[in-house]
Amino acid sequence: MSGPTATGETADIPSVGYVAGTGVPVRGNDVDTDQIIPARFMKVVTFDGLGEFAFFDRRFTDDDEPKDHPFNEARFQEATVMVVNANFGCGSSREHAPQALVRWGIDAIVGESFAEIFAGNCLALGVPTVTADADTIAALQDWVDAHPDGEIAVDVAGETVTYGDTTVEVSVEEARRQALVEGIWDTTALMRSNRDAIAETARSLPYVDERDAGSGRADD
Amino acid sequence: MSERTLYDKVWDAHRVRTLPNGQDQLFVGLHLIHEVTSPQAFGMLRERDIEVARPDLTHATVDHIVPTDDRSRPYNSEAAEAMMAELEANVREAGIELDDPTTGDQGIVHVIGPEQGRTQPGMTVVCGDSHTSTHGAFGALAFGIGTSQIRDVLATQTVAMEKKAVRRIEVTGDLGEGVTAKDVILTVIRRLGTDGGVGYVYEYAGDAVEALGMPGRMSICNMSIEGGARAGYVNPDETTYEWLRATDAFADDPERFAELQPYWESIRSDPDAEYDDVVTIDGSAIEPMVTWGTTPGQGVGITEAIPAPEDLPPDEQDVARRAQAHMGVEPGETMHGYDVDVAFLGSCTNARLPDLRAAAAVVVDREVDESVRALVVPGSQRVKAAAEAEGLDGTFREAGFQWRGAGCSMCLGMNDDQLEGDEACASSSNRNFVGRQGSKDGRTVLMSPEMVAAAAVTGEVTDVRELPTVEVEAR
Repeated sequence: MSGPTATGETADIPSVGYVAGTGVPVRGNDVDTDQIIPARFMKVVTFDGLGEFAFFDRRFTDDDEPKDHPFNEARFQEATVMVVNANFGCGSSREHAPQALVRWGIDAIVGESFAEIFAGNCLALGVPTVTADADTIAALQDWVDAHPDGEIAVDVAGETVTYGDTTVEVSVEEARRQALVEGIWDTTALMRSNRDAIAETARSLPYVDERDAGSGRADD
Repeated sequence: MSERTLYDKVWDAHRVRTLPNGQDQLFVGLHLIHEVTSPQAFGMLRERDIEVARPDLTHATVDHIVPTDDRSRPYNSEAAEAMMAELEANVREAGIELDDPTTGDQGIVHVIGPEQGRTQPGMTVVCGDSHTSTHGAFGALAFGIGTSQIRDVLATQTVAMEKKAVRRIEVTGDLGEGVTAKDVILTVIRRLGTDGGVGYVYEYAGDAVEALGMPGRMSICNMSIEGGARAGYVNPDETTYEWLRATDAFADDPERFAELQPYWESIRSDPDAEYDDVVTIDGSAIEPMVTWGTTPGQGVGITEAIPAPEDLPPDEQDVARRAQAHMGVEPGETMHGYDVDVAFLGSCTNARLPDLRAAAAVVVDREVDESVRALVVPGSQRVKAAAEAEGLDGTFREAGFQWRGAGCSMCLGMNDDQLEGDEACASSSNRNFVGRQGSKDGRTVLMSPEMVAAAAVTGEVTDVRELPTVEVEAR
C-alpha cells in the first residue's frame, strides 16, 4: 500500500478480493474482545506491538507459562486465516482486538458468525470476515488441525473457501464484500470528498448550530 | 410519510450519501471521545495531515483508565498518565472541550453526555465504546465504533454504516417490588441470546419501559450490545423532556427547548410503524436477576435453578459447561447463597444517582460483611456531588463501603480497581466475561445495584426482597 498523500487522500487502497494462506482454528462460541486482547494491554497510544498479546490470558498462566492454545503451537505460527465459531468478537468495541490479530499475522477470518462492531473494525483494516454454517466451519477446523501446512483460499469476490480438494460456499455481507473487492474499505478519503453534501445535511438538522462549525480550533 | 420507526426517521435525516459499496454515510450529531480508543485515531489523522472537522460537535472526558482513588497528577500509573497527557494534547490542538477531573464535570462518557443535556432525541451519537447504545434512551440513534471509524468521524463528522432491521421489544405490565431496569435487560438478553440482536436495532417499549425514569431506560439501552444489538432506543416522551429541561443545555434556554421539541416529537415511531420483528415480554413475571455464567445471557431469576447444560440449545451447551466450571456452580441449585468477596457498585450501566439511592436504602443500618471488599464508584463527579449532598456517601462509608472518584473502574479493570485471584464479585456492571474485571480467574455475578448492596451486607448472593428497606425511589 502506498502512503497517504499530503492532501489527506489515501491513494491505492488495495483490493482484498482473495486471501490465501495456512489456517489456525480458534474454537468456541462467544469469544469476546476481552479474551482477544485483555484491557490491561490497551494502556498504549499506538496499536504497534499488540500482536504478541493476542489471546494472552488464554495462552499464558499467571507465571507466563504457555497454555494449550493454537496461537502457541509451532505448527500454526505462519497462519494467516483464522477459523472461528459463533458470535466471535462480541463485547467491547476495542479495535485493539482486530489490530492485535492482524499484527499476529491474521489476514482473514472464517467463522459461523461475528459480532457487528468487530466485523466493522475488521473491514476498516481490510480484513474479510466470512461466514458459513456450523458444520462447514467444524469440518474446516478439523481439516486445519490435520493439515496445518495446507493452504486455505478465501475468495471474497466469489464467496467461496477452498481447502484441499474441497470448495465450500461462504457469505460476505454485501457492503463489506464490495468495499473489500473494490478497494474502498478505507472510507476516510471517500467520505471527505462529500464535503458539500455533509454541510448540507448538517444545515438541515434543527439541532446542529452551523454558526459553530469549525469553531474551537486554536488558530481560528 | 407514515409507517416509519424512529430509527428510519433519524437515519434518513442524517444520511449524507449512499457510498459506492452500499453503506450509507451518516452525519454525526455528537461525537464523544475518551482516553483509551481515541489516541490512535488522532495519530492516523496526523499521518494523513487532516484536521478535526467539527470540534464543536465533539466532546471529551476521561473514564476508562483514570484512577478512582489518588487522582493527583501525575497519576501513579505511568500508562494512565501517558494516555491522559496524549488526550490533553490532542484536544488542545483540535479545540475540543475536555471534562477532566479538575472541572467537576468528569465521569463515564455515557453518564456525562445525558447529564449535561448533550444527548438529545433525534441525534446521532457515536463513541469509541460499545456502550454508546446507552444514549438511545433519549430517542437518539447511538452506537459504538472502532478506532478507524473514530478517525473517520474526526475527519468528516460522518460515519459509514449499513442499515439494520428493527425489533420492537415490548415489556408489558408493572415490574414487581425489587425488580429494576437491569433485571429487564438481563431477561431480554437471556431470552434472545447474546447474538440474537446481531443485524437489529432494538426499540424498547411497553408499559414497564414507559414507566421507567431516564436512568432506568439508560440501563436497558446500555446493555443492548450485550444482546448483540449495536443500538437500542426508547421513543422520547414527557419523561425524556422532563430530564432535558433540567440539564445545562436547556435549564437557562427554554426557547431553545421549544424550538427543538417539534423535531423530537416528529422522530417518534409512527403508531403504524412496521417492525421487522416484535417480541413481547411479561414484565410482571420478571424477578431480580443474577448471572450464573460468563456471558450476560447466562442469567436466572434469584429463586430459579441454574440450568443443566444438556437442557440448553446445542450451540450453548459447551459454553455453559465451561462457564459453570469457571464459576463453580451446579445445575439445579439457585445462585442464592453464592459467596462473594467483592461488591462493585458502579459502571455506565448502573452508577447514576437513583442507582446509588436504591443501593443506599438497602445498606442503611447494616454493615458490609467482614468477608467482603465493597466499593461505590459514582458514574460522574456530578453524581458523586449530588449523592454527597443527600448524605449517601455517609451511609455507604458507615456501612464499610469505599467511596471513590468517578470512572469505569472495576467494570473492566483497566486501572488499579481489579479482582484478585479467583475472587467472586457481585457487580452492577455489564459484562461477566472471564478476565473482564482484571483477574482471569475472577468470577463476576451481574445484578442490579440493590442486589449488589444486599450481597455486600450478607456476604453472599441474596434476594434483596428478603431485606426490608426504606423507601426506594422509582427509576
